[in-house]
Amino acid sequence: MIGLAHYLTVAAILFTIGVLGIFLNRRNVILMLMAIELILLAVNINLVAFSAYLGDLTGQVLAMFVLTVAAAEAAIGLAILVIFFRRRGSIAVDDVNRMRG
Amino acid sequence: MALKLIVFLPLLAAIIAGLGGRWIGKTAAKVVTTGSLFVGAVFSWPIFFQYINGSAEPAVVPVLTWIHSGTLTVDWALRVDSLTAVMLVVVTTVSSLVHLFSWGYMEEDPSQQRFFAYLSLFSFAMLMLVTADSLVQMFFGWEGVGLASYLLIGFWYHKPSANAAALKAFIVNRIGDFGFSLGIFGTFLVFGTVSIPAILHAAPGMAGSTIGFAGMHVQTMTLLCLLLFVGAMGKSAQVPLHTWLPDAMEGPTPVSALIHAATMVTAGVFMVCRLSPMFQVSPTAMHVVTWVGAITCFFAATVGCAQNDIKRVIAYSTCSQLGYMFFAAGVGAYGAAMFHLFTHAFFKALLFLGAGSVIHAMHHEQDMRFYGSLRKEIPITFWVMVIGTLAITGVGVEFPGGGLGFAGFWSKDAIIQSAWVSGSVAGTFAFWIGVIVALMTSFYSWRLLFMTFFGPPRWAASEHIQHALHGEHDSPDEEHGDSAHDPHHVATGSGGYHPHESPLTILVPIVLLALGALLAGQLFHGIFVGPETAPSYWRGIIAFSREIGEAIESSALWVKLSPTIAMLIGLWIAWNNYIRDPAAPGRFVAMFPAVYTFVANKWYFDELYHFVFVRPALWLGRLFWKGGDEGTIDRFGPHGAAYAVGVGNRVTYRLQSGYLYSYALVMLLGLIGAASWAIWWAK
Repeated sequence: MIGLAHYLTVAAILFTIGVLGIFLNRRNVILMLMAIELILLAVNINLVAFSAYLGDLTGQVLAMFVLTVAAAEAAIGLAILVIFFRRRGSIAVDDVNRMRG
Repeated sequence: MALKLIVFLPLLAAIIAGLGGRWIGKTAAKVVTTGSLFVGAVFSWPIFFQYINGSAEPAVVPVLTWIHSGTLTVDWALRVDSLTAVMLVVVTTVSSLVHLFSWGYMEEDPSQQRFFAYLSLFSFAMLMLVTADSLVQMFFGWEGVGLASYLLIGFWYHKPSANAAALKAFIVNRIGDFGFSLGIFGTFLVFGTVSIPAILHAAPGMAGSTIGFAGMHVQTMTLLCLLLFVGAMGKSAQVPLHTWLPDAMEGPTPVSALIHAATMVTAGVFMVCRLSPMFQVSPTAMHVVTWVGAITCFFAATVGCAQNDIKRVIAYSTCSQLGYMFFAAGVGAYGAAMFHLFTHAFFKALLFLGAGSVIHAMHHEQDMRFYGSLRKEIPITFWVMVIGTLAITGVGVEFPGGGLGFAGFWSKDAIIQSAWVSGSVAGTFAFWIGVIVALMTSFYSWRLLFMTFFGPPRWAASEHIQHALHGEHDSPDEEHGDSAHDPHHVATGSGGYHPHESPLTILVPIVLLALGALLAGQLFHGIFVGPETAPSYWRGIIAFSREIGEAIESSALWVKLSPTIAMLIGLWIAWNNYIRDPAAPGRFVAMFPAVYTFVANKWYFDELYHFVFVRPALWLGRLFWKGGDEGTIDRFGPHGAAYAVGVGNRVTYRLQSGYLYSYALVMLLGLIGAASWAIWWAK
């Protein structure tokens, strides 16, 4: 029987992969966006799992909202990326340090 | 009321002219300041005459409460008695005439408002000094005149030499003031009051008591008097604190006449006379005063004989005459000291203002080697200078039942004879010094007169005259060769320059002062030193000794005649050297080069002080500057803090890499930390 613990484990693994994707990725901003999506998905799995486990639909509704916001965020992120690529000719993460003091 | 007007009108005028001078204009400023002093003079003379005819009693006019702290009580109060009356007359008269003189002398100066404001400020401080009822108030006036002196010496602040002279005057005076303030503290400690009448009343009772000072037991009164006398030495330019006075001649000539001849420098003499009952208690202090006075008198006279700058000759003359006053006070002849102060104020102000008139006529050339033959060009100045010289050298004759003479004859002879009749070792020493200095006074005064007004004109070599000629006429054909200030090759000739007599505002004050130099001794010697009339004038205000006056009258003829004989010898030497045989001084210098160099360099006092005090002070200052300030305080203080901020910045700068992932990592670590804290520790 697949229980709550299994879902949470999967979510934790996904979350860790996402976080490591942000930190260890040096090549590509697109990968970073995908890692963020991964983190959000991990959160969604948690929400849905707890929702089913507790018999409360609120969590699933929230998951729907998160998906919507994630879609919007991905769209904006990709748009920024396109603009950025046009200006700089590169989307390598190591080149993105304009905020350096 | 009149007294308050006398004292405070100059202050009011100084404030109006000093702070409002820009708006009221220079003429209004001059009118206000000069007017205030003339009003003061008009009120002062009646006060003086009231004390002469005995219709006025010593009085104290309270003004304001000042300090009430524990047992220390000091109030602003104006004291007027026969001693103050003399000083009121001297200060207001000379000051008002100097104000008037400055109308002409400072005509072309761009900042006349400032000048007149300073002059009036000085007059106020000096009046405050002479009317002081307590030592603290006297100290206020003392410092006030010091400040005004500093401001006026450095009046032409664009001249580095004037600034240096102003600083020197201020710093040397500070040494004296340190002694004075210690004296005031000591007086308060011993007597429990700073009120002058109370101190003088209690002073005789302190004879013989001792006090611990610097680890020794010393006579209380000797200590207090000597400390106060250090203050007098600084202000009155006595050896070894005299070095500032000749340098003070960097100031405008009216300032030299008012501050550095007639009034401020006599403040020390005034103070000793004011506190004379106190000095009478300590014979040791009196001896010190006598010795210091006599030594200064001799020293300054020798230096005065070898100076070429007309103002410096008169400055050393002032120093020397102050020495006379001090040794007169030292032998107990306070009346004679005040008398000489009174007459000296007139004839020395006259000599200075006369020199100012000469300088004015000669386009600010001050070197007497470039004068000569001026008696035909500026006759009025010449004649008043002759009167001044006759007064300072002490020309006059005494016959049974009276006498006839210029101001200095009466006062200086009274001093010299007082020294003789005092009978002490110091007094006898002072007598011989006095006679020798009378000779030298006569020599340098006549030398000044002969070099300036007689002989062929030697103007051509003067740079100032050259400048005036070419500035005015701009004619290239008037070249006179080597115009450098070379004492050995002084060119002669007028160089086509015609000195012109000074304007009326300059001539009126010097003519009035000439009247004072003529008559001050003749008219007032009775009330100052006469054994019958003076006691009823002084009435115990100063420790007047009737015995001295009586002893003088019965002293030997040669004692009475010796100053006059010395004066005539001095005149003969001066005439011989500067009229009959002008090459003689050069031969004398060639014969005794060491003597001449020693004297011309003012006995090397400045060099000695430079070596003993200035250089170590500079060394110490450099040590504290480099080692203390820069090496310690700056290094660990401001500079250290700035360096630490820089290091901290370099560390935090590395943290701000600009990479998103490192920020995210830090955020995550922070989140983990916060969550851990919330779960495990924040229960």
